Amino acid sequence: MSRKFEMDEKSLVIGAMVCLSLATGVMVLIPYFLTKQIQPAKGLKPYTVLEAEGRNVYISEGCVYCHSQQPRDAKQAPDTKRGWGRVSVAGDYYYDSPHLLGTMRTGPDLFNIAARQPSKDWHLGHLYQPRAYTPGSIMPSYPYLFDVKKTEDVTKNDEVVNLPPEYAKAGQTVVTTPKAHALVAYLLSLDHTYSPLPAIPVQGDEQSLSGGR
Amino acid sequence: MDFNVAILFGTYLVSIIALFLFIYSMSNGMFGDGKPASEMIFDKDEMGHTEDPAATPSQRKQLQIDAGKKLTLHQDLESDELDARAVADQSTHLVVGICLTLAVIWLILASFAGLISSIKLHEPDWLNSIPWLTFGRIRPIHLNIVAYGWCPLAGIGVSLWMLPRLLKSPLIGARWAILGGGLWSLGVFLGVIAIANGYSDGMEWAEFPWQIDILLVVGGALIGIPLWLTLLNRKVKHLYVSVWYIAAALLWFPVLFTVVNFPNLHVGIEQATVNWWFGHNVLGLFYTPIGLASIYYFVPKVLGRPIHNYNISLLGFWALAFFYSQVGGHHLIGGPVPSWFITLSITQSIMMIIPVVALVINQYWTIKGNWRALLNSPTLRFVVFGLSMYVLSSIQGSFEALRSINTITHFTHFTVAHAHLGLYGFFSMVMFGAIYYIMPRLMSWEWPYPSLIALHFWLVLIGFAIYIIWLSIGGWLQGLAMLDAARPFMDSVRLTIPYLQARTIGGALMTLGHIVFAVHFFIMAWRKGPRRLGAAVIGPELVAKYFKKGVI
Repeated sequence: MSRKFEMDEKSLVIGAMVCLSLATGVMVLIPYFLTKQIQPAKGLKPYTVLEAEGRNVYISEGCVYCHSQQPRDAKQAPDTKRGWGRVSVAGDYYYDSPHLLGTMRTGPDLFNIAARQPSKDWHLGHLYQPRAYTPGSIMPSYPYLFDVKKTEDVTKNDEVVNLPPEYAKAGQTVVTTPKAHALVAYLLSLDHTYSPLPAIPVQGDEQSLSGGR
Repeated sequence: MDFNVAILFGTYLVSIIALFLFIYSMSNGMFGDGKPASEMIFDKDEMGHTEDPAATPSQRKQLQIDAGKKLTLHQDLESDELDARAVADQSTHLVVGICLTLAVIWLILASFAGLISSIKLHEPDWLNSIPWLTFGRIRPIHLNIVAYGWCPLAGIGVSLWMLPRLLKSPLIGARWAILGGGLWSLGVFLGVIAIANGYSDGMEWAEFPWQIDILLVVGGALIGIPLWLTLLNRKVKHLYVSVWYIAAALLWFPVLFTVVNFPNLHVGIEQATVNWWFGHNVLGLFYTPIGLASIYYFVPKVLGRPIHNYNISLLGFWALAFFYSQVGGHHLIGGPVPSWFITLSITQSIMMIIPVVALVINQYWTIKGNWRALLNSPTLRFVVFGLSMYVLSSIQGSFEALRSINTITHFTHFTVAHAHLGLYGFFSMVMFGAIYYIMPRLMSWEWPYPSLIALHFWLVLIGFAIYIIWLSIGGWLQGLAMLDAARPFMDSVRLTIPYLQARTIGGALMTLGHIVFAVHFFIMAWRKGPRRLGAAVIGPELVAKYFKKGVI
């Protein structure tokens, strides 16, 4: 071999772009076309306007940096045992953009928080002061999502936050802002406990069936 | 054939064919012996001459003695090549100065944003009434300033400084890069303001609203102009390994950044895969190549000896380009994505051991026998520390991608520690070293207070050690607690508190180190402080002066 390979700009550009194209093809294009075929999971409802607004508050306040929305399979982790719900499937995220899968569990997974904690009062109060409900919690409190009013100034239109007695101040009442109201509506929509797929017969099932007989 | 099997089999075939092609071409000597190429960063009589502009005269003397060769002084030091280098340095003076200054400012802002985030994790009610300081905003502000402020501007500054030297030609079109750097910084500034006010695109590593991203894309493209102009008008034939890394990084980044931030294109699970394709590639195909380019230049340059085996660096480059670009899926292990996607990424994560080992072999044999240089060269101390952290974080990352280990570390602070091992321990440390080397050349002025360089090093080293060690342990225990269904979730929160406090202490020391660095940087930039030896330019005049004094 007399011709020497020279790392010139041509081989560099071509090689670099081939590598990137391969990666982009496998990791972006194929998932892109695969997900085109995905249908919304059976039982999944689109967000209401209020819930979508709340989802934007969730993004603004960066909830995703501490909370995931992707329960793992029981074989891998005890997520289901913790009450976080069944393992999630692609169809569960049909209406989600941006996705909020998350990468941290400084706090618990929230994919089924509404099923686990359906109380609106709890959510409102917990956002106002998490430590009033969960001692030792390191979740930020969000006083700026609420207004504190003199109790006599509270009108019928105000949404009152019912705090535990030791956290309530005499003569003062905490009421929600539209942001807190929307955020809680979103949190209360996070219920994916429906069963997303038609039952698929797998080998294990047949065996267990015959074993049952 | 099953679709999953087809994809895996296809990738396997491509990898194997590439490997055999590579072995074939190596064994047939198609790459040449690599010797002249590795020596191209030196002038003809420069080999064996150590060089660290950041060192004090006594350090320089010791550095040269340890290298085992006396500096001989003759007219060759006035050669054309050195002149070309002086011209090259002259042409980058302004643009590099601007990039590095902006980078240092971003570094300080990023440090405080990081420190506030850290404190908030154990003092959740601290400053709770200020919306932009809530954890969920100040944390992405920290990440984005590091990822798009400090790291790229430092990296681009260092790259634009190295390029003309490596191509032995003056930088052409520096003003495009100045404009680009300005637009880029404006984009980062506006992006941070947007996040602070709750306007975020919501994806990690891609939070800036896409409208603002346009500024970064245009700015980035403008920064690329002088690179290509200079490359195409260069005076040398061969491209040194650092140039491959820099050129590839500047090619890859615009593609990555544009694809991930393209509005209204991605949705649902596919968006998650794009998110982490980008999230890991911005590390692997942008910061890492620039960091490695710096290592490949500064280590041999300071030591005055060429890279041990130039051909292995080729293997390292292509292996990095191929494997690193496909590792992103390991961020979604256990998530609702196809299993072939995850498996592919895990495999390539493990394959990353190849380029890392290539780098280790190369650098180890280059430095071997002259470890004492670390005592006398501030530049080398930072760069070699960065190099070792690259190795550590890469190997750790490969194993962290394995399902068994990932199940514990995913969703915990362990990942945060790992990220800092890479972007701080490796990249930032290498950048510190490079800046210490570059500034004296850039300003024709010596670092006024050498003791501040040492102070900076030890503050960030100790702070970083505290940060990494305690947060890794805390994260690991957190992961174990979460996997134990018998323990309530709150256990995993409570047990991390002391480790999070330790992280704050480490982070505070690092911040202090950065303040020392920034103060020193600006004293230098304004040419204040004691004039110790005068201008630190290379040139016969100065060398002769030192020589007479018996300094070198």
